[in-house]
Amino acid sequence: MIETRGLRKSFRSRAGRETKTVDAVRGVDLDVAEGEIFGFLGPNGAGKTTTLRMLATLIEPDGGQASIAGADLRKDPAGVRRRIGYVPQGGSTWDESTAREELVLQARLYGITKADAHRRAARALDAFQLSEYADRKCKTYSGGQRRRVEIALGIIHEPKIVFLDEPTTGLDPQSRAHMWDEIRRLRTEGMTVFITTHYLDEADALCDRIAIMDHGEVVAEGTPAELKREISGEVVLVGLDAASTPRAAELLDTEAYVSKLETVDDGGLRLYVDEGAVAIPQVLRRLDHAGLDLRSIELHRPSLDDVFLTKTGRSLRES
Amino acid sequence: MKLARDTWLIFQRQAQLLLRNPVWLFVGVFQPVMYLLLFAPLLKPALNAPTQAAAYKIFVPGLLVLLAIFGGLFQGFGLIAELRAGVIERSRVTPVSRLALLLGRSLRDVVSLIAQAVIITGLAVLFDLRVFIGYLLLAYLMLALIALMTSAVSYGVALKVKSEDALAPLMNTVAQPVLLLSGILLPLTFAPGWLQGVAKWNPFSWAVDGTRALFGGDLSNDKVWQGLGIITVLAAAGVFWAARQFARSVR
Ligand SMILES: Nc1ncnc2c1ncn2[C@@H]1O[C@H](COP(=O)(O)OP(=O)(O)OP(=O)(O)O)[C@@H](O)[C@H]1O
Ligand SMILES: [Mg+2]
Repeated sequence: MIETRGLRKSFRSRAGRETKTVDAVRGVDLDVAEGEIFGFLGPNGAGKTTTLRMLATLIEPDGGQASIAGADLRKDPAGVRRRIGYVPQGGSTWDESTAREELVLQARLYGITKADAHRRAARALDAFQLSEYADRKCKTYSGGQRRRVEIALGIIHEPKIVFLDEPTTGLDPQSRAHMWDEIRRLRTEGMTVFITTHYLDEADALCDRIAIMDHGEVVAEGTPAELKREISGEVVLVGLDAASTPRAAELLDTEAYVSKLETVDDGGLRLYVDEGAVAIPQVLRRLDHAGLDLRSIELHRPSLDDVFLTKTGRSLRES
Repeated sequence: MKLARDTWLIFQRQAQLLLRNPVWLFVGVFQPVMYLLLFAPLLKPALNAPTQAAAYKIFVPGLLVLLAIFGGLFQGFGLIAELRAGVIERSRVTPVSRLALLLGRSLRDVVSLIAQAVIITGLAVLFDLRVFIGYLLLAYLMLALIALMTSAVSYGVALKVKSEDALAPLMNTVAQPVLLLSGILLPLTFAPGWLQGVAKWNPFSWAVDGTRALFGGDLSNDKVWQGLGIITVLAAAGVFWAARQFARSVR
């Protein structure tokens, strides 16, 4: 559905007298299949929006190619525009207009007739549970309501693909969960959904496949499960007081099931094991035997953050 | 066809938003009326005009051109707000004609200017201004072309600079010499030779002279056709340039 090869974009920005070049996107290859929710996960400034804006024909790539629903990005931008919907990160509604007016206008800009535009607007308002506020000015909406209007605007012409740039940023947990349902509904209707996010849980829970982006490059791509499996093993966190930590480390380091052992600064151990559920009883027995006082034990399954950490050496939470 | 349809869509939307907030009409008419009531009486002696109506024949066309220039030049501010709200981006991902994005907006500005002009002329008529209707329509055409040009240029510049902080001083810097060198408030007949020489290079000076000739009932005056011609060419160039800014990528 979407295929990109070597997509590149750099920006020149002037800071005082110096001109600096920012390589926002440096060679992105993506393959997004029809009917999937594809997630673009990355920290601020990773180049997610820039990539999306290129795919949505808003900025011209410096290099590389892309084909979107069969239309070539460079040769047929008008064809791409007809096939896609795009919901920008920073909003797209006008304070003084109502949701209905915005939806009708947007449909008409896509060449849809007036009567049909009104029908579609009514249907979209209904589907996104906006009918109640449909004729109120956008400035009176809550953040979540407004975001729903914007997504409705992006799909009013029933595109094959919709790009959603951070659809849930700034929403409370409940609205986020609702938004996830809306996005899944789009998939059910046969749309291919391309979202960006910097929420790990969102990428994990919502996306069929994800690409992790950092500094303008895709550092990993796959299903969330695949990516997590790639960083082999699980981590058992053993809570101990500082005094007994060295002795415990000595004991456990020789155990066959521990592939790597690290000491936590203020007491405790971090054991890298293949399967935590199997390792935990053995750890318990070993420490008990030696008469060491165990404070806590915790199993840590790899998260997408660990994937990010292994690929980039940084945690997504810190960046 | 598509261009006309898209332009109409954008025009409708912009006009609707304007009508929803009629403060503009009040502000847009109040100020010129103040000029008409408080400034024009000074003109009769200053211009050596025989009657108040004669003074109006000189002053009203200048005032209208002034409104067309300033009304147009400051439209860019609204566009910057739209840019910030993401409305422009949202339009640009649709297949809508890029020229229509500009023309629809500029057309709204032209129509609102003409509405203003009609109100002001109407008031001046109450003060005994008399203009032949055909000539008046030609004068309105001149005003429409001026507003089309200045609003298009303002939109184009707004898309380029993307911030009110840059747009305001820029527009003021352009507007001031244009205003002083066009004889808008007072005709340049009394100006020293060098000033008249400089003013020759100001297209608005031609437009003002042309509009005054029309209000004076002097259709045979070359200034009419010269003014219309110059402004038509400039308006076309302004629209062409600004439409390209809409087609180019903007953040
Ligand atoms: N128009 C522009 N001019 C100059 N630099 C830009 C421009 N747009 C983006 N950049 C730079 O390109 C880099 C990537 O930006 P981009 O907006 O794509 O990041 P992002 O992954 O979407 O981040 P976020 O999560 O904060 O939205 C950043 O360093 C940014 O400053
Ligand atoms: Mg972004």
